[in-house]
Amino acid sequence: MRKQSLSFPPVSIRLSGDMILTSLVWVATALVVGMFLWLLGDLLFHGFNRLSLAFLTDAPQNSGREGGIGSILVSTLLILGVALLATLPLGLGTAVYLSEFSANKTGGKTTRLIRMSLNMLAGVPSIVFGLFGNALFCIWLGMGFSIWSGGLTLACMMLPLFISTTEAGLSAVPDEWRQGAAALGLSHASALWHVLLPAAAPAITAGLMLSIGRALAETAALIFTSGYVDRMPESLSDSGRALSVHIYDMSMNVTGGDETAYGSALVLIAMLVLISSIAVSLTNRFLAQRITPS
Amino acid sequence: MIWSRHNTSSLARADTALTRVTGSIALAVAVLLGLVLMLLIKESGAVLAEGGWIRFFNSDGWYPQSGEYNLLPMLWATLAASLGALLIALPLGVMSAVFSRFYAPVWMVSPLRRIMMLLAGIPSVVYGLWGLTVLVPLVGSWMPPGSSLLSAIFILALMILPTVSLTSEAALTAVSPASLQGAAALGLSRKGIVLGVAIPEARAGIMTGALLATMRALGETMAVLMVAGNVVQTPGSLFDSVRVLTANIALEMPYATGDHRAALFASGLLLMMIVTLLAWLAGRQQAGDERGHAHA
Repeated sequence: MRKQSLSFPPVSIRLSGDMILTSLVWVATALVVGMFLWLLGDLLFHGFNRLSLAFLTDAPQNSGREGGIGSILVSTLLILGVALLATLPLGLGTAVYLSEFSANKTGGKTTRLIRMSLNMLAGVPSIVFGLFGNALFCIWLGMGFSIWSGGLTLACMMLPLFISTTEAGLSAVPDEWRQGAAALGLSHASALWHVLLPAAAPAITAGLMLSIGRALAETAALIFTSGYVDRMPESLSDSGRALSVHIYDMSMNVTGGDETAYGSALVLIAMLVLISSIAVSLTNRFLAQRITPS
Repeated sequence: MIWSRHNTSSLARADTALTRVTGSIALAVAVLLGLVLMLLIKESGAVLAEGGWIRFFNSDGWYPQSGEYNLLPMLWATLAASLGALLIALPLGVMSAVFSRFYAPVWMVSPLRRIMMLLAGIPSVVYGLWGLTVLVPLVGSWMPPGSSLLSAIFILALMILPTVSLTSEAALTAVSPASLQGAAALGLSRKGIVLGVAIPEARAGIMTGALLATMRALGETMAVLMVAGNVVQTPGSLFDSVRVLTANIALEMPYATGDHRAALFASGLLLMMIVTLLAWLAGRQQAGDERGHAHA
């Protein structure tokens, strides 16, 4: 490191080089921010006219060009609900096992296998999850194109993220609390229930919010699991169109659907921003809370 | 974790049960990966068994009706789009990270990070929508038809930029203050400190971020599908319409049957192998980085 720093060019060139780098760095950042503002401006400009309370509640008409996105919002929330129903118990169980029970009981081999598998799952492209969900849920388990299939496919995608954030939250609880619980004669199970999970709750909720954000943004995994049908779903075994799929369909397959697509995109982004703000504030609260008691 | 072994027996029994239950849940989740792989292999079995892997690379083209399943043109398109996006996003992302770490006025740092996080959270289908309605006509007015490899590269670059920038910023923040202070004490200019000390020391972290970003670009479906034009051909220029592997799956899955469907699952398998390879490289990079820090 030191050798490198000694071999720098003489002062006069260095000064001008300094200015070049400074301007490059400013220009690069301005470019990035500019692109962001351009994107956001376009979304607002094209989508804002379409927004109204009726847009949120009405059913789509004329294959989506007119009317609203009421049934689509319902399908989206149902798919999300199914996904959460599967993610919560599986994710919590795995995270609790990884952070509280696995340390020395299984010799580490199982734990390593679980971690490796989760890391790999986190990298699998969403379209591959779509293929998987189509083969497993729609065909093998006979659920067809349905909210069940879509939600369960999403759950598989959300699990790695939810588990890693939950595990991090549990590991962040100070060991003194575990020792205190043990000294009081609490069983591991009740310590978990009365001390550790409540202490980690904000982190777990934040992780949950991040996972929900990821699920709401997902399109590719849903096209051929929960399907395209845009009418109000009557049950969970009906096909339902998610908001992201609606945006895709409006812009690609329906001429004159652009405005609806932009309106739906605004609604989707508003939901995501809300969810990520909740996640951020919960994380901050958790971090602040940790400093005081220990 | 310190636990007393002298719990009353009923409590201990509850603990054993809980360990067993959570352990089996964890195992079930781990088996999920195996299940994904198994299903991909099983569903693509029909094609793999008949002509072997070689059929995906030496057929005359992608003509599912006549049983020709050459994946190479789409594989090249996938690689070209991802590498092109990385070529744009890597310098821009690193420079914006350098900006917020070393150049930005204090009040700009946190809004910048917020913007990056927002950009990272925008759904790919929204990038696709914007690309389709704004970027494609723009490229098209310069060099028709507009739906092209170039548009795909631009959109992908915009999508992976936050990943590159946020990971680079984290890597730059992790550079030890001692080396920065030492460099400053030696009278190095800001440029000298950035290029001579900070970036070399953060290199491994930046590389890991670049690999993660490439993984995201390779696996991206919607945004590319919406802007690339989706003509199956080996890209000859930046302005050619191309179809990437992921887009091919999304476009043909709804109606594919038999061998055709199996071929799509095989291309999913191929995609997963490429991404896993990159993830493995990123993991090694990270491990090497940690070892390096331990030595220093």
